[in-house]
Amino acid sequence: MKGARASRTTIALKLGMAISGILFLGFVLAHMYGNLKAFAGHDAFNEYAEHLREIGEPMLPHEGLLWILRVGLIGALVVHVYCAVVLWRRAARARGTKYVTKKQTGATRASLMMRWGGVTILLFLVWHLLNFTIGKVNVQGGATNDPYNLLVDSFEVWWLTLIYIVAMLALGAHLHHGIWSAAQTLGWTGTAAKRQRAKTVGFITALIVTVGFSLVPLGVLVGIIK
Amino acid sequence: MKLTLKIWRQDGPTAEGAIHTYQLDDVSPDMSFLEMLDVLNEQLNAEGEEPIAFDSDCREGICGMCGLMINGDAHGPEVTTTCQLHMRSFSDGETITIEPWRSEAFPVLKDLVVDRSAFDRIIQQGGYISVNTGSAPEAHSVPVPRDDALRAFNVATCIGCGACVAACPNGSASLFMGAKITHLGELPQGQPERDSRVVNMVAQHDHEGFGGCTNIGACTAACPKEIPLDVISQLNKDLRTAIKHGH
Repeated sequence: MKGARASRTTIALKLGMAISGILFLGFVLAHMYGNLKAFAGHDAFNEYAEHLREIGEPMLPHEGLLWILRVGLIGALVVHVYCAVVLWRRAARARGTKYVTKKQTGATRASLMMRWGGVTILLFLVWHLLNFTIGKVNVQGGATNDPYNLLVDSFEVWWLTLIYIVAMLALGAHLHHGIWSAAQTLGWTGTAAKRQRAKTVGFITALIVTVGFSLVPLGVLVGIIK
Repeated sequence: MKLTLKIWRQDGPTAEGAIHTYQLDDVSPDMSFLEMLDVLNEQLNAEGEEPIAFDSDCREGICGMCGLMINGDAHGPEVTTTCQLHMRSFSDGETITIEPWRSEAFPVLKDLVVDRSAFDRIIQQGGYISVNTGSAPEAHSVPVPRDDALRAFNVATCIGCGACVAACPNGSASLFMGAKITHLGELPQGQPERDSRVVNMVAQHDHEGFGGCTNIGACTAACPKEIPLDVISQLNKDLRTAIKHGH
């Protein structure tokens, strides 16, 4: 084809999704580690939160590293969502006329939930940032300047915990397919054995993330964290 | 066997189509699926109705011409081509829904017949190797490792039937392209054009209106030749390498 550019293909869009997705995975694992500090008590959790803002000082300004990471994550989010929207629209056009009967033989449920699951996670992200970062809303009306207390106050409310757990299940399903899919897109799964390994890593990582994030709100709900 | 058949009928490329219902009694379980349709067409002929148009050629599973969406599965419930599917895979009294491949790149011509020349145009972009004509070169002068030869041969069994596209929720032809890329990329003769092959084929694929791959795996489950999903990994790797080489 005259003037064909590798960077203009659908596979290039998929590469964009894979690389930005791997950045998110790194963030999510670090975030989960920080959350689990809640089991170490009020002071350990708040110290960790404060220390995040002091990393690299005095070489970096206060919250310097945090802002570098935030800009990076926002960039990754723009790439991930842009590629997803372009590919979603393409896929919808590619099957303009639907089948009367269609079975999804060979497909996992997680793989078919990627797009709406992704939308769910995006909506949760907005809600979550309003709740804990930008808006800092304490639904119990208490103080919002103490991260640990805000966390405990929030997850003592059953419906907040429910939203959070549902979102973590959506994230788990997204990672279950997304991790192995990223490996495949990057061309790392050239044999049946490597494909199986990527799928296993995807499943275990998804399980760790979903359980790891759910432990803290469940811990609050049953009174281990108070 | 008695069957109720719900079949997509469409007079031409631009005509509106619809599902029509037919009753067929006396179907032998030993008939192939296409023979069953032949019997139905004889019945329609006798009744003065237009017979159902469907594609077939070799009827031995090697040409890739036939292909129908049968009860929501490309080529039906078995891992084979439609022509090699037999009525014993269905039960007496069953209702079978038969539709053409659905893809914007495979427009319906009539009833169950689609135009798959989009695949030919993808092949024209790189599904070949360029060699000088003349006397055949000494075969032993270009050794091919056994495993490479086996992998190339296994994926070269792709018959281009289009079941991967038909089964894919995204309407992607990645398994088809992956098979061609892997087939030629595993062999020494395929190396000189390796980068331009993948870029041109994928560009043509996108131009034809096929969707992007999301690694769902419905393609490989539908493939009558059991082309494995790792050819898509190879396709992605070759494209990534081409980007690195500045294509």
